[in-house]
Amino acid sequence: MAIELHPLHQFEIQRIVPLHIGGLDISFTNSALLMTIVVVAITAVTVLGTRKAELVPGRVQSVAEMLYEFVADMVDTNAGHDARDFFPFVFTLFVFILFANLLGLVPWSFTVTSHIIVTFALALVVFIGVTVIGFVRHGAHFLRLFVPEGVPPVLLVLLVPIEVLSYFIRPFTLSIRLFANMLAGHTMLAIFGGFAAAVGVFAIFPVAINVALVGLELLVALLQAYVFAILTCLYLRDALHLH
Amino acid sequence: MSESEPPDRLARLGRRLDEARARRGNAAPAPGSNDPAVQQGMALGLRIGIEFVVAIVVATALGWALDRWLGTRPWGTISLFFLGIGTGMVSVYRAVAGIKMAVGYRRPDTPDANRQRAKERAKDKWDDDEE
Repeated sequence: MAIELHPLHQFEIQRIVPLHIGGLDISFTNSALLMTIVVVAITAVTVLGTRKAELVPGRVQSVAEMLYEFVADMVDTNAGHDARDFFPFVFTLFVFILFANLLGLVPWSFTVTSHIIVTFALALVVFIGVTVIGFVRHGAHFLRLFVPEGVPPVLLVLLVPIEVLSYFIRPFTLSIRLFANMLAGHTMLAIFGGFAAAVGVFAIFPVAINVALVGLELLVALLQAYVFAILTCLYLRDALHLH
Repeated sequence: MSESEPPDRLARLGRRLDEARARRGNAAPAPGSNDPAVQQGMALGLRIGIEFVVAIVVATALGWALDRWLGTRPWGTISLFFLGIGTGMVSVYRAVAGIKMAVGYRRPDTPDANRQRAKERAKDKWDDDEE
């Protein structure tokens, strides 16, 4: 019985509609397809949920309202009251990552957030955005972020590089955390699925583990979207208030 | 639908909620994923694991790139490696002890934290009133 395990096969990018313009490969891939589905699903939930507002909300309306309140509260408590302007940005980020993570758990679908290029692009948007906001709000004063107050000048020689480095590491930690969690979880699911196919009648054990793992992955999907959004809020707070 | 049912959907829902609450009685709510403290703890735990490693890897890579650019091998790699370790420790410490402080700072008992706690209390009370 030769069963081949390909736990990483699920992450392969496949071209659905090949498209090359001027030497650039801009084919419509499975990744792009899933992103489109994510955006359509989000639009459906928010539009349907708010179209007919009832006093006792239906299912879709409840979901839309819970999402809104959750993110609004998160922005309010973590980024400050005057960060309300950035609520649409944080909401978009959170809901996009959440839906991408959750829809990635559907069998035969594709997890967009398991690709470092996707998460890094998202993190880079946050990083550049926050830096620009900081300089717009505070001008050159924003650089004081790197100089801790009340520290002896001798220590500043060491502390300023550390602060600068920890600032520039943000997009990396932000993106690698999300990407690594999704990649590891989905690989693990595929490995146990492969075991189940290989061991015949004893398949009940790997399947049982997989059931538990799917629960765990559901939690990870929610938590990682939460962590990404909350860190965005904290970075925004830094840019708005300089500690 | 039987005749004894109140015609109003809202009233019916209210009655069902009351029954469900009565069934649950005084049992303490199970510590589950609904608990915000548990949620935040897990979020923090998942966060700090990667913080330390990434700081070292990125700093070392940066040092290596600087060395290639300036031809100062191996000093950039070495010094930025140690700086990366320092940054990783600082990030982990910062994530655990309180997020928004600068290096070398002990987080004061912030009015923010107190305000948030007060807000949560107020919110709970408000929710109770609404019920």
